Amino acid sequence: MRIAIRGGRVIDPAQQLDTVTDLFIAAGRIAGIGEPPADFVAEQLIDATGRIVCPGLIDLCARLREPGQEHKATIASEARAAAAGGITTVVCPPDTDPVIDEPAVVELIRRRAKAAGQTRVLTLGALTHRLRGEHLAEMAALRDAGCLGVSDGGRTIASSRVLRRALEYAATFNLTVFLTPLDPELGQGLAHEGQVATRLGLSGIPVAAETGIIARDLELIRDLGVRVHFGRLSSARAVELVARARADGLPVSADTAIHHLHLSEIDLSGFDSRCHLRPPLRGLRDLEALRAGLASGVLGALCSDHQPHEPDAKQAPFGDTEPGLSGLETLLALSLRLARDGVLPLSTLLERLTCGPARILGLDSGHLGIGASADVCIFDPDAEWRLTPDTLRSQGQNSPFLGWSLQGQVTHTLFEGRLVYARDAHD
Amino acid sequence: MSTTHVQLDPQGRLLHFLTVEGLTRRHLTEILDTAESLHSVAERRVKKLPTLHGKTVVNLFFEASTRTRTTFELAAKRLSADVLNLNIATSSAVKGESLLDTLRNIEAMQCDMFVVRHVQSGAAEFIARHVKPHIAVLNAGDGRHAHPTQAMLDVFTIRRHKPDFPNLQVAIVGDILHSRVARSLIHALSILGTGAIRVIAPRTLLPAHVENLGVQVFHDLAYGLRDVDVVVMLRLQRERMESALLPSEQEFFQRYGLTGERLALARPDALVMHPGPINRGVEIDSRVADGPQSVILEQVTNGIAVRMAIMSITLGNHARPLEETA
Repeated sequence: MRIAIRGGRVIDPAQQLDTVTDLFIAAGRIAGIGEPPADFVAEQLIDATGRIVCPGLIDLCARLREPGQEHKATIASEARAAAAGGITTVVCPPDTDPVIDEPAVVELIRRRAKAAGQTRVLTLGALTHRLRGEHLAEMAALRDAGCLGVSDGGRTIASSRVLRRALEYAATFNLTVFLTPLDPELGQGLAHEGQVATRLGLSGIPVAAETGIIARDLELIRDLGVRVHFGRLSSARAVELVARARADGLPVSADTAIHHLHLSEIDLSGFDSRCHLRPPLRGLRDLEALRAGLASGVLGALCSDHQPHEPDAKQAPFGDTEPGLSGLETLLALSLRLARDGVLPLSTLLERLTCGPARILGLDSGHLGIGASADVCIFDPDAEWRLTPDTLRSQGQNSPFLGWSLQGQVTHTLFEGRLVYARDAHD
Repeated sequence: MSTTHVQLDPQGRLLHFLTVEGLTRRHLTEILDTAESLHSVAERRVKKLPTLHGKTVVNLFFEASTRTRTTFELAAKRLSADVLNLNIATSSAVKGESLLDTLRNIEAMQCDMFVVRHVQSGAAEFIARHVKPHIAVLNAGDGRHAHPTQAMLDVFTIRRHKPDFPNLQVAIVGDILHSRVARSLIHALSILGTGAIRVIAPRTLLPAHVENLGVQVFHDLAYGLRDVDVVVMLRLQRERMESALLPSEQEFFQRYGLTGERLALARPDALVMHPGPINRGVEIDSRVADGPQSVILEQVTNGIAVRMAIMSITLGNHARPLEETA
């Protein structure tokens, strides 16, 4: 299929391109910018006048719930949601059931994702067997099966001995290790240890539950040369620690989830279980520091940390609910709000959503260079919309942003040169 | 959005009683004055009023309790309500049945009031948000969050002895971190304009930023008790030693136990209070608990009148149509 996207403002941070021009797609790849390739005859025209055309978003952390928790969501349902969110690549952490610690599970996810055909689903393999933090997972086999890195999902390896060996082993096979730092003991709690938790009587998770683990991990990797990515940072001090390590030349990167840049502990008032998250929403100073970290590049990517749930999982007293929110479809609009608020320029913001995460994954993607896979997101930066349960395509309706007025709406998503989402068709 | 909205109707009247936080002095005074008028009922030969005749009150206890449940039961019975006691241990009994399912089932029995105790903070508010609108919900303790009827009976007891709150100094001693009693009492005392509220505990038993609740923080009992008018001792649970919050009961008693000697540092007529049940020799010396300054048993008695008052007020507000006072 040959597609011409006409008259849009094409922003491709990887090429430092920001100009009103045409984009040409053929055989699933970017075939031309500005000038069509020779003999190009478009079979489909997309009028992008007044819209922004950028690389499809790359989301470093989205739980699709399959295999194992299909009552919450499926790869098919969440791939549709990703497409509606302009996301053409999602990274699935290994804490599925069964765990991604053998090639068969990688293969299963690949097959389901291919059948869905809406977005690229990449997997992280397990760092330790069954994610138990005791024995190493078969990382080399997982890499050969297609895993882009290794991780223990939301879990932290308590044993420094096991972690050190896991890091060394991962380095042997040139695998990036993805860690979500939260102390398994100190991190037992329901909310940020602060004044809101004190008022509500919720057990607290201190910032040190995050920073203590980051500090340990940074010391462990100092001499190993292994690439480590810290995901879902939540605190100002975590950003400082990673900034210092990067300044010291350690091969570390980090991301944060978009909701941590818009919500804080205050949003837990009234015991709103949709704001029951791990890591927890923290104070306003943390929120500001995370925004600054995103602008400076210490946080090289923004992700959705998508965790869809069935309604029952959130319909209980706060402490009996499951943490996590449904975030694929709000990632772009909430991110655009940062650019409008002047936190960072639009092109830098889009970098954190496209080639930024691609670089962390070690992929040459997230850009619109000639020959690249035609993964494209087209959005109307001015369109205002309200997030309601009917607008959500995800099976998980657990979004704290329901009812929010958002600005910036995806109109088209192309994945491998195919139109997988077109908003106009749904109106 | 916030808790106060759930428990108040558009005119600001109490529909449920979930937390003291966010209420006004008018709300508290109404409860205290009503309780005062009901207090004499207990001294009559026939201890019953017809106020809640034909109403059904369900004590819905997801966490074990004897004293609180009993006083709620007595309060309801003295108002002529029918009472149903349901003890549902969260751990075992209702495996597989969600809290909402449990609620729907009990609702179907045509009840008018739920008295709820639950191990999770926010449970009473969750229930109030999900019950049918004619049902009033009273919080009999939710996790570490709130125990508002206890706070009201505490301030009721204080007011009967020392009604001039702006000139009072009140000390709350012990495990503030885990205490819903302390949180609710701090709010109640603040709303009534109490001169000073002190909390006295080691750092391990104080929640983060507790000073933001409007209290003065002390770590030294002798220093903190100086010149106070009321001492509220909190119960210390054995689990606190196991979770590395304290070394031993002995050391806690040595540093934070209320002895006669320490009580002498407070005002000579200082009241000694405790929400019960008491651990004698852990947070309080027997001679102090049973001594002349102790009003611990009075608190229990007052609990009935205060709970009667709260039941009458909330169910009364449910019965009244909104237009009446509009």
